[in-house]
Order: sequence, then C-alpha cells, then structure tokens
Amino acid sequence: MPPTPARAAPLILEGSLPRAIMTEPILSIEDLYIRFDTYAGTVHAVNGMAFEMQPGEMFGLVGESGCGKSVTGLAVLRAVPSPGRIENGHIFFKGEDIIGKSEEELQGLRGGRIAMIFQDPTASLNPVFTAGNQIARQIRQHSDLGKKAAKERALEMFHQVGLPDPERIYQAYPHELSGGMQQRVMIAMALASGAELLIADEPTTALDVTIQAQILSLLSDLRQEEGLSILLITHDLGVVAETCDRVAVAYAGRIVESGTVEEVLYQTKHPYTQGLIAALPDTIKQGDPLQVIKGMVPDGLTPISGCPFHPRCPDVMDICREQEPQSRPMNNSDHLAACHLYEENK
Amino acid sequence: MTTAISDLEVSLDEIPERKRISEYRLMWNAFRRDPLALLSIFILLVFILGAIFAPFLTPYPEQGLGDPNILEKFSPPSLQHPLGTDYLGRDVMARILYGGRSSLAIGFLVVFVAVIIGVPLGAISGYYGGWIDNLLMRITDIFLAFPPLLLAIALAAALGSNFINTMIAISFTWWPWYARLVRSQTLSLRERSFIEAARSIGVPNWKIITTHVLPNVMTPVMVQATMDLGSAILIGAAVSFIGLGVQPPTADWGTMISVGRIYFLERPWYAGSAGMAIFLVVLAFNLLGDAVRDAADPRTRRAVDIGR
Amino acid sequence: MQRLDYIAKRLVMAIFVLISVSIVTFIIARVVPSNPAAAWVGPHPTKEQIEKATIELGLDQPLYTQYLRYMEGIVRGDLGTSVTTRQPILTDIKTFLPATLELVLAGMLIAIVVGIPLGVLSGANKGSLLDHLTRLVSIAGVSMPAFLLGLLLQMFFFRKLGLLPLGARLSTEVSLANPIETVTGMYIIDSALTGNWVAFQDASKHILLPALALATYPIGLAIRMTRSTMIEVLNEKYIQAARISGIQERTILFILALKNAIVPTLNALGLAFVYSLTGAILIEVIFSWPGLGNYVTNAVLSVDFPVIVSVTLIMTVFYILINLFLDILQAMIDPRVTLQ
Repeated sequence: MPPTPARAAPLILEGSLPRAIMTEPILSIEDLYIRFDTYAGTVHAVNGMAFEMQPGEMFGLVGESGCGKSVTGLAVLRAVPSPGRIENGHIFFKGEDIIGKSEEELQGLRGGRIAMIFQDPTASLNPVFTAGNQIARQIRQHSDLGKKAAKERALEMFHQVGLPDPERIYQAYPHELSGGMQQRVMIAMALASGAELLIADEPTTALDVTIQAQILSLLSDLRQEEGLSILLITHDLGVVAETCDRVAVAYAGRIVESGTVEEVLYQTKHPYTQGLIAALPDTIKQGDPLQVIKGMVPDGLTPISGCPFHPRCPDVMDICREQEPQSRPMNNSDHLAACHLYEENK
Repeated sequence: MTTAISDLEVSLDEIPERKRISEYRLMWNAFRRDPLALLSIFILLVFILGAIFAPFLTPYPEQGLGDPNILEKFSPPSLQHPLGTDYLGRDVMARILYGGRSSLAIGFLVVFVAVIIGVPLGAISGYYGGWIDNLLMRITDIFLAFPPLLLAIALAAALGSNFINTMIAISFTWWPWYARLVRSQTLSLRERSFIEAARSIGVPNWKIITTHVLPNVMTPVMVQATMDLGSAILIGAAVSFIGLGVQPPTADWGTMISVGRIYFLERPWYAGSAGMAIFLVVLAFNLLGDAVRDAADPRTRRAVDIGR
Repeated sequence: MQRLDYIAKRLVMAIFVLISVSIVTFIIARVVPSNPAAAWVGPHPTKEQIEKATIELGLDQPLYTQYLRYMEGIVRGDLGTSVTTRQPILTDIKTFLPATLELVLAGMLIAIVVGIPLGVLSGANKGSLLDHLTRLVSIAGVSMPAFLLGLLLQMFFFRKLGLLPLGARLSTEVSLANPIETVTGMYIIDSALTGNWVAFQDASKHILLPALALATYPIGLAIRMTRSTMIEVLNEKYIQAARISGIQERTILFILALKNAIVPTLNALGLAFVYSLTGAILIEVIFSWPGLGNYVTNAVLSVDFPVIVSVTLIMTVFYILINLFLDILQAMIDPRVTLQ
C-alpha cells in the first residue's frame, strides 16, 4: 500500500475551478491513435489517448519516456513529425476538432491561440537572429501590429515574464542568454501572440533546479493572472505534485489513471501509478532498499494483449492478459482509472 | 506491488534482440543498392582497365604511343577509327586509352601522396595540440592561401615540366586539405570519453592515434579522397592543357584538348573525346564520393527494410 | 564584442599569411629553380645575361638579403620585366587584371543568382523530381571540365546558331566606332556608367558564353552546399518551433533557415571563387579573352618565368583579400563565429 499522508480530505487547490461548474473543456482529446512507420516496423506511439482539460487549469500529463506524451502534445498542433501519422481520434480545442482543420486554419492557431514550448530552449531559438527579432516576428505574424508596436508589446511581455532589462534581452542573441532566460523568452513569445492554451513539454528538465522552481512559479502565476491553460508534459511526479491541478498518467500510449492531483497521488488506484510513486526516493525511509518496477517500458513495436501493463503488474490477474481494461470512474467522481481490479463485477 | 532492487531478475530473454552488424557492413549494403554508385564504378572500371590494358585493346598501339600516320590525318570517325584520327593521323581511340594512363595516374598519385602526408600530420596536430598544432596550422594556412592551379603551375615551371614534377607540384597544393580535415575530426574525437579512458589506463599516445583516432577519421577521408580523385585529374589535365605537364608525343587528355581545340569547330572528335573522357571520369568519381558519403552517414543511409 | 575580436584576429592572420606567401613565392622564384638567374632572364640566356642577372638580383648574397631586395622591389611596384612583352610586369597586370576580374565576377554572379535558390528549393523538397534534376545539374556542373564546356558552348552558339561571338571582349567594329571610356577597366560597368549602350550590348554578348562556362562549377557547388546545409538546418528544433508558431513556409525557407545555411555556402563560394580564378585561365585561352589567364599561359609557352611568379603572387594576394572579405561577411551574418 502506498504511504498515506496526514490529510485525507480532497483539497480544492487555489485557482482551480470547483468541479460543480460544468464549463466546456478547453482541450478534449478522444480516442487518439498515432503510429510511426519506421524501418524497424510500425511503432504505435499513442493508443487511445483520452483526457480533458478545463480552462485556466494546469494539467499534468505524466509518464516515462516512450509513453506517447510528447507526441500527443505535438498532435494538438498537428505537428507530429514524419514518419508519424494520426490514425484516428479527435482533438477538440474549445469545441472545434483540430483533426479536421485545414493548413491555413492551423497556421492561425499555431503560435497564436495555442502555443508550445520545449525542453531545450537553446535549440528552440534561431541562433542567427536576436531574441527581439524572433518574438517580434511572431507577434506580427499573429496580429496587425507594425514594427514599433510589435517591439513595444515584446518588451511588455519580457517584463511580464520577469526578465530583467528587457531592452538588452531584445538586442541579445540566444547564445548570450542563460537557459532560464531563454525559457522565459519562449514563454513570452507564447503569451505575446495571445495564447489561450500553452503546451509545455518538459519545460524545466534541462534547467538547473533553482531555475526550475522559478519557471514553474512563473507558469503558475501566469495561470492565475492571465487565465492561461497549461498542459504540462513531464516525467517528474514531484513537479506535478507541486504545481498541477489535475493530472493524467500515461502508459504505452494511453491514460491509465487521471483526476485531481490529490486523488491520483494520494488515493492512487492504478498499480502503475502506485509503482511510480513508490519509486520516488522521497517516499522511501532511510535504510530501506530503493523500489523499482520490474521489467521495461514497451517499445510500441510488439503489440501487447490485454492490459499493456500486465507483464509488469504485481497484481496481475488472468483477465488482465486477455482484455484491455476500460477507464472507469472511481467512487462516482472524475477520478478515472483503467484497471481490472476495480471492475464492478469483481 | 513494486519490487525491491535486490529481488530484480532481468533475464536476457526479455531484452529484444537486435543483430549487431558492423558499420562497414551497413555501408556496403546501402552502397550496393545505390544505382548511381554502381554506374560510376562501372564507368571507372571501363577507363581504368582500358588504360591498363591499352596495348591489347587497340589495333594501333604504336600510334597510341605517338607514331604518326600522316596519310590518314584528320579523318572523321569511321569503322577503322571509331573516334577518328588526329592531326598526325593517329587513331584517337588509341590516344584516349593511352592518355588514360597519364591522366588517371596523376589523379591517383596526387591523392595518394596528399593522404599519406596530410592524414598523419593532421592527426598528430589535432591530438597533441599546442605548438605542434599551431605550427602546422600556420603552414597549412600558407599553402591554402594559394590558388591551387597557380601554385602548381609556378612549381611546375620552376621544377621543369614532366610527369613526376607535375605530380609533386599538385600534391604540394593538396595535402593541406587532408591535414585540416583530419585535424578537425581529431579535435572533436579527442574530447570523447573513450580516448580519455584509453589514456587513463596508460595506452601510449602513438598507439591511441593509430588504433583509435585514425580508424575513426578514415570515413570522411575516404569520402573526400574519392571526390578529390576527380578534381586531381581535372587539375592534372589543366596543367597539361597549359603545357606544363606531360610533353608530346606522350598521350594525355589535357594536352589532347589543348592541341585539338584549334580545329575543334571543324573537327571536334579529338578534343571532344578527350574532354568527354575527363568529364565521365570526374563525374563518376563525384557520384561515387556522394554515394560513399550517403552510405557512411547513418542519417542519409537508405533504409534497408521499410515495413510499409 | 566577440565579433570585433574575431575581425581583428582575422586581419592579423591575413597579414601574416600575406607575408608568408611572399616568402614562398620568393623561394619558388629564387631557390627552387636549378639556375635562378637563367630562369629569370628567359629561354636561351647568354652567359653575359646570366652574369648580369646574378648581380642585379643579388644572387651571390645571402638569402635574407635577397628576400629583402625582392620585397623592396615589390613594394616599389617593380615585379620584373616580362621576357615576352618587354614591359614592366606591373603594367601588363594593370592592363589584363580588370578583364579577368570582370569575367570571374560575372561567373560568380550567375552562380549565386541561379545556384542558391535552386539549392534552397532542392533541399526543402528532398526526394522530389525537382530535387533529383537539380542534383543532376549540380553534379554535372562540378564534374564538367570548364574547357570542354567552353568548346561545346562555342560549337553550339557560335557555329550552329550564330547567336554569340566566338571570343574577345568586344567586336572590332564596336571598339573602333564606340570605344569605351576607361573607368574601372571592366567593359560592362564602364559602358553602363558612360551611357554607351551599343558597347554595353556588345560587351554583354561577348561575356555571356565565357561567364557561363566559368559559372558551371560554382553553380554546382552552390547548389550542393546550399542543399545539404538546408537539409540539416530544416531538421533543427528551432525550425520546427518556428513552424509551430505559425510562421509561413516561405519565410521559414528563405529567411529563417537560409540565414543559417548560408554560412557554409559562403565558404564554399570562396572556394568556388578560387576555382574560378584558375578556371578563368583556361576559359580565357579558349575564348581569346585578354586577361591574366591568357597572359600566364603565354608566359608558360614562352618560358617567361618572371611573369609566372609575379602573376601567382598577385592573384594569391587577391585571393587572400577575397577570403578575408568573405570571413568578415560571415562574422556579420553569424554572431557565434570564432577563430577555429
């Protein structure tokens, strides 16, 4: 059994919406399938991914490498690189299906209402143009502002993301800026074009721990002040616990458990989530051996029958090998888990 | 439940098996499938074998060597002379075959000498760094400052015009490229941990260079050398064209163009054949070099199996 | 600041190279030949001439004195006298250099205007028909011996079509009736500057074929380099990030990606320029173009050693300066550049 914390009552985190208010989700992914045709065979990266994000919340999409979370993020912008293809499914952004949209419509969305920042900010910035040039270009792409007005807006944004001396940053080349500053520039670029949804793919993994905290805090502030919805893709449970309102745990291209951070981390249902939490060094008492999940993450090439986690699951049953479990609500709430342990007719 | 590390049993059967294929095998496989590569090898074999076995391939070996045949001068291509005859009546096809000896030999020798000199110097310079490196870099800077053909001409003029001197003169201009190439490869290689590891267990420097550094830099050297073979032949022909290389009556494609161009507009087969010979050989080397490079780089290597 | 640093260092390097080049040329002129005095005098020198030259050149003196003498002469502008034209070599060079320059510049211009955009499109559409055709063109370009192409162009456009002239820079009628005022020595520029449209047309017709023949190698090179660097650059994360920000494809290709790709291409073009300088030698011979190339070739045929050495020196100096210019240009474009 995972260790239970002192408080057991569900927390209503500051800034998140009370569940009673049914608003239209800002992002709704249904039944998403993405495959990659490589020379080694077909890799099924995403298999029936599905979750919903409410406006103004920080949503964590958590999982180990290869679980399909990054690809899903790219899919929202229809930017899955070849040889990847979206086979099936719907991605609804404020009610409109991204899958059906034309290139033109997508161009308006990309970098405009939906923005994405990546793990390595150095690689995301063009080395031969100044930071100012790049953000101004994006601003002008998504608005009618002239050169001067765009620059003013850019400087404003730099200020808002906490960059000291915005003018100097504007004139600087990317390699003259630190990692943390570069990431702030990326965030500023996202804001400047009026992003409503920000997809952040491992935004802090490449940064020092102290800078990590700063960036996460910035994202949190932006969520509260601007009402920005943030999809935080990460492998770091600790980050999720600190900053997110709700979280979905991904494994082998699908969601195995989702709900509020409180529910998923402290009332964990799925054995995989339990394994992830137990594997955190923080949860182990000093002197006890480190915990590990036996086996390896599936590579997506060979299909696995039944539940994808069954080869590694300590609570595996016969039915797990044959039938894939459906995602079901736990205790009639929005806490969902896909596991045969919780089938009603057990 | 989760398992403690002490209870971990990872059997090798659980790890998916991938065959370990050597890098060169992969290269060769990709290479074999490239039609342009095969075409270029074919072209080169034709010319090289033609040059080597010239005396047996032509009914006019003496003319290939230079003997005139005044009665038949300037005859257009016919059955007895498939490429016609030149201003001294010599069979052009024979001249081309024999000319290949001179022109191809220059190319191979020049690149060979350039590699023999440049690669070790570059490796030493890149590996040791310091004043050795500085010295070598200044020297290559100087040589690279000269336009290659001009330096070759000046040297050839100073040394005297014959085959050996031309070869020396051109090699002089070529080796710095290899030294530079190998040096920059060595520099990036030096930072890699396996070099540090070898050093830390006490492997002597010269051994590191020969067994670790050199094999790893050979691939770009091979690519460059293949393409340079074409350029070297071109420059050799240019030097001969100007009159500094091989002297008549020895056959050489460059001199053939130089002599033949005067009457090219009326009787194009002499200069034209020599020009086409050069073009085809250089083209073949360039295609080959491209193919070698594409095969060597895992990113551009054409996939062997595509499961579509 | 990194940039100014780089430019300063680069200038120093260039000066060092210039001096070394003069030393090497000196060695070739005075040390390499078996009989430097005889070589300097010309073919079939008499004993008196050799003795005279030995004293003049100071060949009995120690090497460094000889070198200083040599350098002193160069700085004064005395490069020796041509055995064939009997003129001071410097005068000859001043006469012939603009012609060669004009030809090489024309060739480079064609190469840049044609080659770079083709390379960009080819790299962006890798694997398409356009890509294959372009690659074919570029490989043929770098493989084609310039002299063969020159001959073929003459055959086709002069002999068969009668559209363009066989050689020279200007037809005799025009040079008599509408002579061009000398400003730079480059006919195209001068005739345009002085409003001499008849001569402008004539000169353009004359330069077209040789420039085209000269341009094939740089075009091939420009296409290859631009294409391969474009392919690499287009795979970079910042291009993907730009696409995800909704920037248009045309902007991405020709501004965002190209600025990154152009630096190696500039290097390659520097190389191509050198190749053009030497290729110009052959083209000038074929098209009877009165430039340095023709001058040198004649010098070789008549064993005019002083000319060979001096022209080598001058063209090398030129080459060094062009490379310096290209390096500085590169530093202006790419802010990350440092001395390697």
